[in-house]
Amino acid sequence: MAVKTLTINGEQYSAQEGESILSVARQHNIPIPTLCHLEGLSTVGACRLCVVQIEGIPKLLPACTTKVEEGMVIHTANEKLNKYRRMIIALLASEGNHVCAVCVANNHCELQDLAYQVGLVRVRYPYLFPKKTLDATHNDYVMDHNRCVLCTRCVRVCDEVEGAHVWDVAGRGINCEIITGLDYAWGNSETCTACGKCVMVCPTGALFEKGVNVSEMEKKKGFLKYIITARQKKEWVTISNE
Amino acid sequence: MTLEDLQELSEKEQQRQSEKKHRILFCSAAGCVSCGSDKVSAALKTKIKEHALEKECEVIGTGCLGLCGEGPLVKVQSDNTLYQNVDVRAAEQIVESHIINNTKVAAHLSDMSAPFFASQTKIVLENCGEINSESIDEYIGVRGYEGLARAVNEMQPAEVTEEIRKSGLRGRGGAGYSTGLKWGIVSKAHGEQKYVVCNADEGDPGAFMDRSVLEGDPHRVLEGMAIAGYAVGATQGYVYCRAEYPLAIERLKLAIKQAEKMGLLGNRILESQFNFRIDIRIGAGAFVCGEETALLQSIEGKRGNPKPRPPYPSEKGLWGMPTLINNVETFANIAPIIRNGSEWFSKIGTEKSKGTKVFALAGNIKNTGLIEVPMGIPLRKIIFDIGGGTPDGTEFKAAQTGGPSGGCIPTDHLDLPVDYESLSKVGSIMGSGGLIVMDSTSKMVEVAKFFMQFCMDESCGKCIPCRVGTRHIYGLLDKISKKKATQDDMVLLEELCMMVKETSLCGLGQSAPNPVLSTLRFFRNEYEELLQPVETYMGEPGVEVNFEK
Repeated sequence: MAVKTLTINGEQYSAQEGESILSVARQHNIPIPTLCHLEGLSTVGACRLCVVQIEGIPKLLPACTTKVEEGMVIHTANEKLNKYRRMIIALLASEGNHVCAVCVANNHCELQDLAYQVGLVRVRYPYLFPKKTLDATHNDYVMDHNRCVLCTRCVRVCDEVEGAHVWDVAGRGINCEIITGLDYAWGNSETCTACGKCVMVCPTGALFEKGVNVSEMEKKKGFLKYIITARQKKEWVTISNE
Repeated sequence: MTLEDLQELSEKEQQRQSEKKHRILFCSAAGCVSCGSDKVSAALKTKIKEHALEKECEVIGTGCLGLCGEGPLVKVQSDNTLYQNVDVRAAEQIVESHIINNTKVAAHLSDMSAPFFASQTKIVLENCGEINSESIDEYIGVRGYEGLARAVNEMQPAEVTEEIRKSGLRGRGGAGYSTGLKWGIVSKAHGEQKYVVCNADEGDPGAFMDRSVLEGDPHRVLEGMAIAGYAVGATQGYVYCRAEYPLAIERLKLAIKQAEKMGLLGNRILESQFNFRIDIRIGAGAFVCGEETALLQSIEGKRGNPKPRPPYPSEKGLWGMPTLINNVETFANIAPIIRNGSEWFSKIGTEKSKGTKVFALAGNIKNTGLIEVPMGIPLRKIIFDIGGGTPDGTEFKAAQTGGPSGGCIPTDHLDLPVDYESLSKVGSIMGSGGLIVMDSTSKMVEVAKFFMQFCMDESCGKCIPCRVGTRHIYGLLDKISKKKATQDDMVLLEELCMMVKETSLCGLGQSAPNPVLSTLRFFRNEYEELLQPVETYMGEPGVEVNFEK
């Protein structure tokens, strides 16, 4: 594979052909905030937090879906990008019902971390206080739509890794919601294997284990890497053949 | 069927028509049907029967006759007479006095020499209102499918693409990308299967161009698609039509069946090696499915969510295969270009925008209807000559082009030539061809609010800026229109608009703030008049400070 050289924030780097800008930036510890992106899942470019400025391209492009090209000159942070990122997090904060003090994911929440990372101190948009529901019909887990940021990580992990496709998105625009099956209670789902992958990849306290208290829901995302690597190396196939 | 057979059929059809003394055409497109053209056609047919004129007269349903605001319309083709606002009584009169006694019915006569008709140049709409929209014979009679026959029999695929590129045709869906270049990319892309998709998901409020073409001349679109299929090496085409156009879908279905029966679609088209099938896919009512990546998702049977580009559909489209997507109007331009040559086409229009553009005139305008004008025509001419200006003599204020993605153009820019570049210079876009005229009674904040509500409702919800941003922009506009906002809200509004424009995933979000930004640019005073001074907003009486000793 060909090697591409590119400039990020004034420094020169080399990257593999077909690699995303985000992947290159992560390898060299260049911080780019992300929310919908998760290593091991398909990229959707939905949260727009990772948008970067590429010289010669009038539009801002998401680092997660944009592939590197020879001679690209990329800026991952500047006044405008930082401002837009702050605004995106502020929009999320105003959209749902996020109350950190009583949240199971307090201190282990990616939305909270992002708010610190982008320097959000004040939300200038009126809070929408949507009327959202909470689904506690599942034996082991709870889905609290109030805390959902619609990153669709749960949808993707269930479809792509577990292969059950329990989750999907229903509705349009501001009324979008994650649904189970054909929009029935999670506990009634016949496809859910109760594997808990969705809970672990959820960036906020929207999906959590039953029985946890405030600040107790720590998400362990490392498992994804093991599954993906094992699949790529066909480690499980060998075992079943023995 | 060969080219000779086609020409023979064409001559036969022309012969058949010339034997008729009178061809009475009634508009059977959606606009006239909704105001009762079916009753008119029934009355015409009964009267003809009554007087035993069936042999020398035929009554035919055609596509849009243009002057939609004065429907139902009836045209006597033999002496090019157009009647407007025709009711059952008038229909009877037309037969009794015009057809039998050769005296025109003065009360319903439409002036065919008026600028509405005289200033138009028709390419896309050349058959609309001239031929029976449900008859393939009549389409062949006006040199239909000759372009396809020429392409398949006499030209190499690369030559067809080159011909389209030389013509200077640009995408009529709004963005204005060179059609020939797009075809070139798809034909060069690697893939075991390639697709041609026609975007007929016309959803802009006030737009009905594609609908009229599909309802009035469906074969033209099919022919354009087949030529495209030949040029790029595709064997399968899809027309993605919105479910709200049942008549268009019905006519398309009929047209596909007719064309397949005659060997003009399907396997071994015109006895060549070229195979091309066309199927219809019906949308489920989402505006965002007009965005090409969302449209492809929808055809695949998935939720119509846009995907980031690149990769572009021309490289990775339908089921991961190279896919050519063009708008209805773009495909409608193809057959005449191949038939008459690229030179003929490139003589029409301006240097960078060739050919004609169909506009749907709507809003506060006298002649509501469908028009086709050469590119580069001044906006003033469209609105005041062809459109007849505002009704009741109210003052013209602005014209909105491009629907919810476009902007408004005020009086100062009325002499602007209508082409892709000039429109984008004043912050609007060509769009698909909706042209809404507003007079002095229109409130621009309300206009912006209307379009923002539309975008908010139609946002798919995938990306955050569009999902939440449009909601807050709408909220701010609502606050301003209710006189509850302050200067601070204006700052928020402008910031949000820029952010949604620059960071949204697809064209819907990227262009959603355009109506707001454009009204702010030209009518900022209307916003500012509605603002509250900060003191009142705070809910506390202003304290007067006296610095004098």
